[in-house]
Amino acid sequence: MTTTTIETRDRLTPGAASSALVEWNYSPSLESTDHVKIQPRYNLFIGGKFVEPHSKRWFETINPATEETLSEMAEADAQDVDRAVKEARRAYDKTWRKLAASERSKYIYRIARLIQEKSRGLAIAETMNGGKPIKESRDVDVPLAAAHFFYYAGWADKLEYAFPNRNVSPVGVAGQIIPWNFPLLMAAWKLAPALAAGNTIVLKPAETTSITSMMLAEIIQEADLPPGVVNIITGAGATGAALVNHDDVDKIAFTGSTDVGKRIQRATAGTHKKLTLELGGKAPNIVFEDAPIDQAVEGIINGIYFNQGHVCCAGSRLFLQESILEPVVRKLRERIQTLRVGNPLDKNTDVGAINSRAQLEKIQELVESGVDEGAEIFQSSCTVPDRGFWFRPTFFTGVAQSSRIAQEEIFGPVLSVLTFRTPEEALEKANNTPYGLSAGIWTEKGSRILKMAQKLRAGVIWANTYNKFDPASPFGGYKESGFGREGGLHGLSPYVVLS
Amino acid sequence: MARLNIRKTYKLYINGEFPRTESGRFYAIKGKGGELLANACRGSRKDLRNAIQAARKAFPVWSGKTAFNRGQILYRLAEVCEARAAELVDELRRQGSSAADAKREVAAVTDRWIYYAGWSDKYPQVFGSVNPVSGPYYNFTVPEPTGVVGVVSPEEPALLGLVSRIAPAIVGGNTVVALTSESRPLAAITLGEIFETSDVPGGVVNLISGLKSELIPWLASHMDVNAIDTTGVAEGAIAAIQKTAAENVKRVIHFNAGKIGWDDATRSQSPYAIFDFQEMKTVWHPIGM
Amino acid sequence: MSESLVTQSPVFPPAAFRRSIADALEMAHGVDATAAEERAASLAKRSLKKESKVWGLKLIISMMDLTTLEGKDTQGKVWALCQKAIRPDPSDRDIPHVAAVCVYPAMVPFVKQALAGTGIHIASVATGFPSGQTYIDIKVSETQQAVAAGADEIDMVIDRGAFLSGNYQKVFDEIAEVKEACGPAHLKVILETGELANYDQVRKASLIAMFAGADFIKTSTGKVTTNATLPVTLVMLEAIRDFLHATGKKIGMKPAGGIANAKLALAYLVLLYETMGSEWMTPDLFRFGASSLLNDVLMQLRKEKTGAYQSGDYFTLD
Repeated sequence: MTTTTIETRDRLTPGAASSALVEWNYSPSLESTDHVKIQPRYNLFIGGKFVEPHSKRWFETINPATEETLSEMAEADAQDVDRAVKEARRAYDKTWRKLAASERSKYIYRIARLIQEKSRGLAIAETMNGGKPIKESRDVDVPLAAAHFFYYAGWADKLEYAFPNRNVSPVGVAGQIIPWNFPLLMAAWKLAPALAAGNTIVLKPAETTSITSMMLAEIIQEADLPPGVVNIITGAGATGAALVNHDDVDKIAFTGSTDVGKRIQRATAGTHKKLTLELGGKAPNIVFEDAPIDQAVEGIINGIYFNQGHVCCAGSRLFLQESILEPVVRKLRERIQTLRVGNPLDKNTDVGAINSRAQLEKIQELVESGVDEGAEIFQSSCTVPDRGFWFRPTFFTGVAQSSRIAQEEIFGPVLSVLTFRTPEEALEKANNTPYGLSAGIWTEKGSRILKMAQKLRAGVIWANTYNKFDPASPFGGYKESGFGREGGLHGLSPYVVLS
Repeated sequence: MARLNIRKTYKLYINGEFPRTESGRFYAIKGKGGELLANACRGSRKDLRNAIQAARKAFPVWSGKTAFNRGQILYRLAEVCEARAAELVDELRRQGSSAADAKREVAAVTDRWIYYAGWSDKYPQVFGSVNPVSGPYYNFTVPEPTGVVGVVSPEEPALLGLVSRIAPAIVGGNTVVALTSESRPLAAITLGEIFETSDVPGGVVNLISGLKSELIPWLASHMDVNAIDTTGVAEGAIAAIQKTAAENVKRVIHFNAGKIGWDDATRSQSPYAIFDFQEMKTVWHPIGM
Repeated sequence: MSESLVTQSPVFPPAAFRRSIADALEMAHGVDATAAEERAASLAKRSLKKESKVWGLKLIISMMDLTTLEGKDTQGKVWALCQKAIRPDPSDRDIPHVAAVCVYPAMVPFVKQALAGTGIHIASVATGFPSGQTYIDIKVSETQQAVAAGADEIDMVIDRGAFLSGNYQKVFDEIAEVKEACGPAHLKVILETGELANYDQVRKASLIAMFAGADFIKTSTGKVTTNATLPVTLVMLEAIRDFLHATGKKIGMKPAGGIANAKLALAYLVLLYETMGSEWMTPDLFRFGASSLLNDVLMQLRKEKTGAYQSGDYFTLD
């Protein structure tokens, strides 16, 4: 073979592209807001009409990313609540109960279709009112909301197959109180099964995020749902309490903090009211050394930073098998730096604004306690806007099981990292909490997934994935994370009486 | 002078297209008073063969869709049937139904699509199970579609009867080759257009018009058909089909319409109709650290 | 940026080979397909506008290995392709030239002539491309002759038969031998991911190739049904990232075939950027194996400039 000499050639001169080592900043890709109509003021939706609150008082609702006022919501007092319950009762007795189940299902299908048709406006409003990234509202919240209505529409005339050997009837009037982290989706989770089973409803959305519930009220009106079947009243804690305490409500469904859940449980004690609660969590996300590492890192990131950590089932306690502590923490550090935090209306934003000043202060307080208690903090070095409520994605290593950041729900983009040596140890620590909503398992070994799933005391277990939701899949907690299930066949139970 | 109308050509529906029968044959469809309504295609065994090939090809795609997606498509079928109700009613009337019966039949067709659409993501929850076996094993049973289903439409009601057998088969993920009513195929053939414009992939449903006595034996003997629905077969002819079906152990399904009103929702639609076209698969996996 | 265009690589002594393949296999942990595909899909949803889009499109052109690998290639065809490579859009001086032209060994002398003095690299396939089903001494000889004829870069194929039957040592040894035969030319190793069973195998093959001496790992020959995909690229980049951490060595990546349009190419670039960072955003470490992609990128650039959607009539085929 002959040896050859290769002449050196000129460096590639790609012209404009020679800036290859410069940061590639994606230009802002803002979703335009000009085709969403947010009213300057919303009233209460009672008896199929929008009516002014009895108190003639409205309260402001803002965009947490900019602190700008978006609209005014009506403040419902005890009289408004009473009026809404009466409308619900009348609609139940006179109309909804009498309707053939197959016709009931058609109304629910209409609502689902209308949500699909108006999806863009709903997504934008959800993002502006709550702070979550537009790509989440657009790709997760709104489609899932429509899907819930589709799923339960189909059950309305099939209830005899859901409960073998039982006569199925609706409960009556349901009072439903929902939180601010997935406003439209939580409304769908509550309304759809209740309607399918033949109940009528009074719904109270969270006070900081009521806009999409009122847009849903407009959709319900457009679907020609008989007046009074769904009533939506806005307000804060007092409104919710009035609803919980109303004598003519047959069932209460609540999603929110464990503290408020316990208060509601006390308030309904001794009454005839059926109750379901979906409360807080402190989910363990357990990664074994044989996990598919890069995908596990994605799952960890998604588990705690999705929706800014405002998720009851967030994987907020990471349990790493000690043998992989170093590589996983290193990858987490690298990955966290690529999270784009900023304007929720920018289609490229991954992590949006914290929902309220109050929540931001809670997160800050707990993070300070973590530092005080000796854990090591790592925070993304991203910049955040001046106005609005922001918290940079954070994780702690060297966390003790007993520390506040390992015990208390932070409900923000903050992860606590702990280690274990054996699966039994992981189980013990994972279950060592008053909560029991969800858990994650990462391993390539099938039998271990099934064993861990068997032993984990949690209502929803994700293996080699995280934060997956579907209307066909039941969701709900063990222990202080609440009782009752939403989604799937089991999601019908809270809304029926079996005889 | 009155405007001359354009007469519709009634063709077959195979693989998402509307070919004429490859045999070039036809047979006359006559109205109540003996007037000629249309020359329908007299489908051949080769048309049937092509349709079965198309159904087989479409099966992995159709059964691979999510349950939610299939449910959405069936709901869309309801929307389009509702929108084209007048046309369907007109075709049924020309074939001899009274106005009232035709309207009732078409409304029932639309509602039947909606009924089965609603089952798409629920029947596995009703018919599947987790089985508590003795031993450290996780054991579960899931329903899966059987494959290509041959359907023989009842002669009457020609449209509702056909839809009542196609819907449970396809919502469960199967693909279908159906013989339309022999005497009254027109509305059923129009149904082909409705499938094609409702996001149903080509090949999922195939409609062949023609003489049942000629076509049924070929459907029954085809080795690539997994199940055959004999609801529309005359009582006396069923035994022969069952015998031929044994050649590849076809599942032979019969819905005893008997005296039941096809538009009686409580009796003529049921998740068991979906179950008839499903296979039950059971999986074991050890549980252990 | 590195000084010399064609990097010199140390030659591994045999003992190191046997140790390295064990390292490769040890690092070859599993890959979850559902999660990898989800991650790739979410990266493809990034929205690029205006300046950031134009910057990306121009970078894509400068990263392109303009390719013709047909039995019917001739000097004339190759010459025309080279003109396109040098001056993709004669009406726009701001458009950079491509990174390389990629041909069969017999065409190398014509490419060398046509590209003289332009700075564009000459890439040649070798080792019995595309199947690789031939003798090792032929593979080595083909490599040496292509380099002697002027190739700066060699794109080799791995022995998929050996890989799929578990003979990883054979795969490893062949790559090492071909690397040695390359001399000063840089070596791209084609894994033919479309023929591998799953992403686990893609990761394993990537690691074996890198430990055996690859300068670049490449997805496909473009001659089979399934070529480059976003998730496969993600898995290979993750292997490159782990290899960097283990050895300090930077390996390049090349998706080839199936990158049909500019939008998809930009998605690859986003995936690269968010997985590897700015260091990899250079033709030294990332290439696109493509042919018809170039005109679609030119059309997108023209659209950004003029504001109007374009027609293929206005862009030369070569």
